[in-house]
Amino acid sequence: MTGKTISRRRVLGSAAAIGAGAALGATLPFRSASAAATTVGFIYVGPHDDFGYNQAHAQGAAAVKKMAGVKVLEEENVPEDVAVTKTMESMIEQDGASLLFPTSFGYFDPYILREAPKFPKVRFEHCGGLWTPKDPKNIGSYFGYIFEAQHVNGIVAGFASKSGRLGFVAAKPIPQVLQNINAFTLGARLINPQATTRVIFTGDWSMPVKEAEATNSLIDGGVDVVTMHVDSPKVVVQTAAKRGAMVCGYHCSQAALAPQAYLTGAEWNWTELYPKFVTMWMKGEPIPNFYRGGFREGLIKQSPYGPKVSAAARQRADEVKAALTEGKYVIFKGPLTDNTGTVAVAAGQELIQSNATDAKLEEMHFLVEGVLGALPS
Amino acid sequence: MLEDSAAALAAPRPRGLGRRQWAGGAAAAEAVLVPAGALVLSLLLFGLFVACAGVDPLAVCRYMIEGSVGSWFAVQNTLTRAAPLLLTGLCTALPAQAGLMIIGGEGAFVIGGLSAAMAGVALHGAAAPVALAGMTAAGIVAGGLWVALAGALRHWRGVNETISSLLLNYIAIAILNQLVEGPFRDPDSLNKPSSPSIGYGHMIGTIPGTEIHWGLPVGIVVCLAAYVLIRHTTVGFATRIAGGNLRAARMVGLPIGRLVMLTCFLGGAAAGLAGMIELAAVQERASADLVTGYGYAGILVAFLARQNPLAMIPVAFLLGGIGASGGLLQRHLGLPDAATVVLQGIIFVMILASDAVYGRLPWFRRAETAG
Repeated sequence: MTGKTISRRRVLGSAAAIGAGAALGATLPFRSASAAATTVGFIYVGPHDDFGYNQAHAQGAAAVKKMAGVKVLEEENVPEDVAVTKTMESMIEQDGASLLFPTSFGYFDPYILREAPKFPKVRFEHCGGLWTPKDPKNIGSYFGYIFEAQHVNGIVAGFASKSGRLGFVAAKPIPQVLQNINAFTLGARLINPQATTRVIFTGDWSMPVKEAEATNSLIDGGVDVVTMHVDSPKVVVQTAAKRGAMVCGYHCSQAALAPQAYLTGAEWNWTELYPKFVTMWMKGEPIPNFYRGGFREGLIKQSPYGPKVSAAARQRADEVKAALTEGKYVIFKGPLTDNTGTVAVAAGQELIQSNATDAKLEEMHFLVEGVLGALPS
Repeated sequence: MLEDSAAALAAPRPRGLGRRQWAGGAAAAEAVLVPAGALVLSLLLFGLFVACAGVDPLAVCRYMIEGSVGSWFAVQNTLTRAAPLLLTGLCTALPAQAGLMIIGGEGAFVIGGLSAAMAGVALHGAAAPVALAGMTAAGIVAGGLWVALAGALRHWRGVNETISSLLLNYIAIAILNQLVEGPFRDPDSLNKPSSPSIGYGHMIGTIPGTEIHWGLPVGIVVCLAAYVLIRHTTVGFATRIAGGNLRAARMVGLPIGRLVMLTCFLGGAAAGLAGMIELAAVQERASADLVTGYGYAGILVAFLARQNPLAMIPVAFLLGGIGASGGLLQRHLGLPDAATVVLQGIIFVMILASDAVYGRLPWFRRAETAG
């Protein structure tokens, strides 16, 4: 038996020392409270540079960063579970944030709804437009009628397509996606009444492999213009361009990924809205609890036209965009038939894009005539 | 001879500790110090990694401590993130005792949560304890049967359980999506297809005075129970024999099939219970949000703990702490979210590699052979 043997006592002693070290570390004052600047937190469900939904929000955050007296915090890849609760609390309690933009649709219920009453002095601005008067007053929700820009996409696609066959890669058959598919198809059929849109649902918001497969099979079926509604359009844009098809973008501009094949795109305009909201918050002005808008309110914008867009297409698209901006143009106007032959919107009826939400528009569950595809019952 | 006896007199007496205990103490020290060493080495490597990325490793260290244990808020954040991992880790660790490599915790978690939601919606009008018991039973049984499926395929059809349990994850997620977007959908959930609510009144609250839900104590108790089952019961002993040497286990007539099915069922039940707790403590409705990745993180926990349910407790806290501090690293140092994944990966590889040094370090060997 030598003196170098290790005893239980020594093990316990070391463990205690490690524990004490950790406790000491915990009590050290690492960082003092942040300065007087207004701290604004942005939370993304995916990567902030995804060429899609999250990048559009990150561009808005970048615009806020340029403002004086504002400190911006960003956190990406935050899933829709207890993690987002903890991220919101951490931004508030550890970093002193007073205005939060948790940007993913799924953050709202139950996470934001439960956090807001706990922090009555903090403002929660959520993208998705779900707030109702029974919800906490320190929550605001905003959303854009981006299907207006998809309608303009459709017009450009109607001009550009030679086969009259268009393709749409979609995540889930929910109202916000169906609005886009229908508005795009109606736009294309204004130009070519025989045009069809074949739609493929991938089942989830970020499915790169399935999105590539869907794009390929659409093009194999004769489609020559593709658009999409998934979180990151990157894969669809690159696949379509590689196959020689043309593409209309979504969420933010993907022109850099396919400069020749990119026709135009439906983009969010958060770079306008976010600095506006932050200014209102800093001045103590009330931010509306429910805010909606399209081209007219400046919540959305159209990507610059690509080289393959003809002069005639530009002119027609610009006309419709101008009418939408003036608020004189309704996309879902009866009579509209769905693709099973049933009347979807009766003659004389209009589903108007306005801040007072139209239930028929918000609960859309049909595919217009000209869309090839089916919805789950 | 005189010298010998003098030496014998001079030698210290073992003072109540026999040679076996000394050796046992050394083994225990080895079991603690080897992974601890691997952990320290991982942190050094991670420091090197962030330094290459142009970030001050000491600042990273500071924020990691601040984010994981630096305040009461941080501690609660860590513990909340650790809670589900305790249970999903068992889904890999328990079948591993019988020699099976199950990675189907995610599927069992999802199926457990979904079944609990169905029970919760069905028992919406019942008293809270009844509803809670129903949801718990549904989560446990459904999760258990889900993984038992992989065990049965293994035992009776010879299907590789790793592959089948992995594929069962995808099937579970597909079933979840099909149901919440179809027959089990709340018609009011327009743009986020979800099941009806189980009712706020039927949800499990948090531990009084904290923000931590009851999943944490439940997870710790279940881990302790699993440890006792494995180490201190005949069933656990038989399972470990089956896992260690299948032929020997057959020779002595152990009921292999029953042991395989039991451990798979219990592992799946633990993950199913985690899914039920996620639903009843956090999410309130079943939706695609139930696909949390906790099932996959559980595999990491089980491996880092070398399939020991007792060691899983500190390991889950460690991973919870890394997750909790990830936000600060992103926000203040501009490190991408992937940085914490890199750290987890380094730890994983180091712990697996450290397996090779067990029994080879002279320090511990001298302890064993001394006397």
